[in-house]
Amino acid sequence: MTKIECVLRPGKLENVKEALNQYGVHGMTVTQVIGCGHQKGRTEVYRGTEYSINLLPKIKVEMVIPDKNVSEVIKIISDAARTGEIGDGKIFTYKIDNAVRIRTGEMGEGAI
Amino acid sequence: MKNRFLRTFTLFSTFMMTIPAFAWADDAAQAVATIDTGDTSWVLISSALVLLMTLPGLALFYGGLARKKNVLSTIMYSFFAMVLISLQWSLWGYSLSFGPDINHIIGSLDWLGLKNVGFDPNPDYAATIPHQAFMIFQMMFAVITPALIAGAFAERMRFPAFVAFLLLWATFVYDPVAHWVWGVDGWLRNLGALDFAGGTVVHILSGVSGLVACLVLGKRKGYGSEPMIPHNLPYVILGAALLWFGWFGFNAGSALGANGLAASAFVVTHLATAAAALSWVAAEWLHHGKPTTLGAASGAVAGLVAITPASGFVEPMSAILIGLIGGVVCYFMVSVVKSKFHYDDALDAFGIHGIGGTWGAIATGLFATKAVNPLGNDGLFYGNPDQLVTQLIAVAVTWGVAIVGTYVILKVINVFTKLRATDEEQDTGLDFTQHGEDAYTDLVSGSTFGAVAVPVGKATAGVVKPAL
Repeated sequence: MTKIECVLRPGKLENVKEALNQYGVHGMTVTQVIGCGHQKGRTEVYRGTEYSINLLPKIKVEMVIPDKNVSEVIKIISDAARTGEIGDGKIFTYKIDNAVRIRTGEMGEGAI
Repeated sequence: MKNRFLRTFTLFSTFMMTIPAFAWADDAAQAVATIDTGDTSWVLISSALVLLMTLPGLALFYGGLARKKNVLSTIMYSFFAMVLISLQWSLWGYSLSFGPDINHIIGSLDWLGLKNVGFDPNPDYAATIPHQAFMIFQMMFAVITPALIAGAFAERMRFPAFVAFLLLWATFVYDPVAHWVWGVDGWLRNLGALDFAGGTVVHILSGVSGLVACLVLGKRKGYGSEPMIPHNLPYVILGAALLWFGWFGFNAGSALGANGLAASAFVVTHLATAAAALSWVAAEWLHHGKPTTLGAASGAVAGLVAITPASGFVEPMSAILIGLIGGVVCYFMVSVVKSKFHYDDALDAFGIHGIGGTWGAIATGLFATKAVNPLGNDGLFYGNPDQLVTQLIAVAVTWGVAIVGTYVILKVINVFTKLRATDEEQDTGLDFTQHGEDAYTDLVSGSTFGAVAVPVGKATAGVVKPAL
């Protein structure tokens, strides 16, 4: 099993979710996060004082999938999330030891 | 119908009583006859409108400008101004401000505990409404003034020190100055200074005192390095809108009657506010490229402040000019001057109230005209330059009293209890360190993560440090 963790533009979440759903990935955890990378921050002005905000709002999506689907899922996410501009985000993968479905006690790929 | 009956009854009883007790009957008839129901209703409603300015108007305006960890402590400043000054005013504040004059400096203690402040009008102040109505209207002004100062020292003043400051400042700064400007035989009133609804007494006093307080307390920890951004702009807008609404009571209510002067004050208040919101937004649009909602809200408040002293003396087109200039001047103060001099006027109490109030007091000396209010005077643009000089004297005196009074009071309090929250307390936020509360519980679980109910009496000592 592999855990896929991706950081996306907030506006691309619906696209990615839709594409993953069509492919058959139904489980995921979504978090609102802030972070920085190559993308420059932005400037906000309050009563004439400028503040540069370099941590920008992003969406983090995490899911655990069988190893055999990893390359396809990565392609689906990339296609759905890409705009071609700086700030499209990143995808990370991790090996997962085990998974347990709390309700039934199932283990391994059957639990995800 | 009822009114006519009442009047007939009054006349009849007056006539009846002429025979056995001539003098007494005459007094009673005069008192009953002079109360005007329309005037009384308007002043009572206005009192409630001015209450709304402090709670929730100012509380939300300032609360939204503060950071998330300090929103409750900021709201509590306004709330406790309402609680404590209402009591202070009825016990001794009203007597010091409006009581029978002593040497043109202060009111006597004859009206301590509202003794002699009854249902009959006091013709010295308002001949057509019960004396108590005048008293409660003025109480709301006494309440909001120290609450305004809190904008300057928000996010860093300890609550016990604030309570002491509130009571001492109201007693030794607000009450005497209110007497000078509004009290019968007060020396600034005798001098001819015009202040319809409190530009000097309320706004200059609070704004300049705010500046002194923020200098004495020092900057907030992290000022200039951490971003200190308003945590909830919709609160700020809501607060500003409630201030705008309540201000009709503040200014038009100051006519102390339901009459043409009240309508005139209502109109000019509204026009100046709209004009100042426009000019503030226009200024920042040119200066920084974006018209902000915070700018619209701040501009509106700046306009309300600027028109306050002039509201009973100027014509509508003058009001628009006062507003347009007020918006730009206040914007310049908070965006350029403040950052140049590096004082931490956290929520811009000085930039908006001190400067807006000063401009308003001067503008009164420029634009006032007897055509609006025969009891007022003509200003410079209506051929009376002396009025401008009088206004400048009133401004200078008010600035001086605010600076000296506030400085001395803060230094005295600091001997007994620390004014400033420690750096650690500021890091955690005053909501928790002063009040033991958290404004926004976690959205997922509905309560703070890891919160466990502790049975009463079993709470571990030292977990929540008492504020005192």
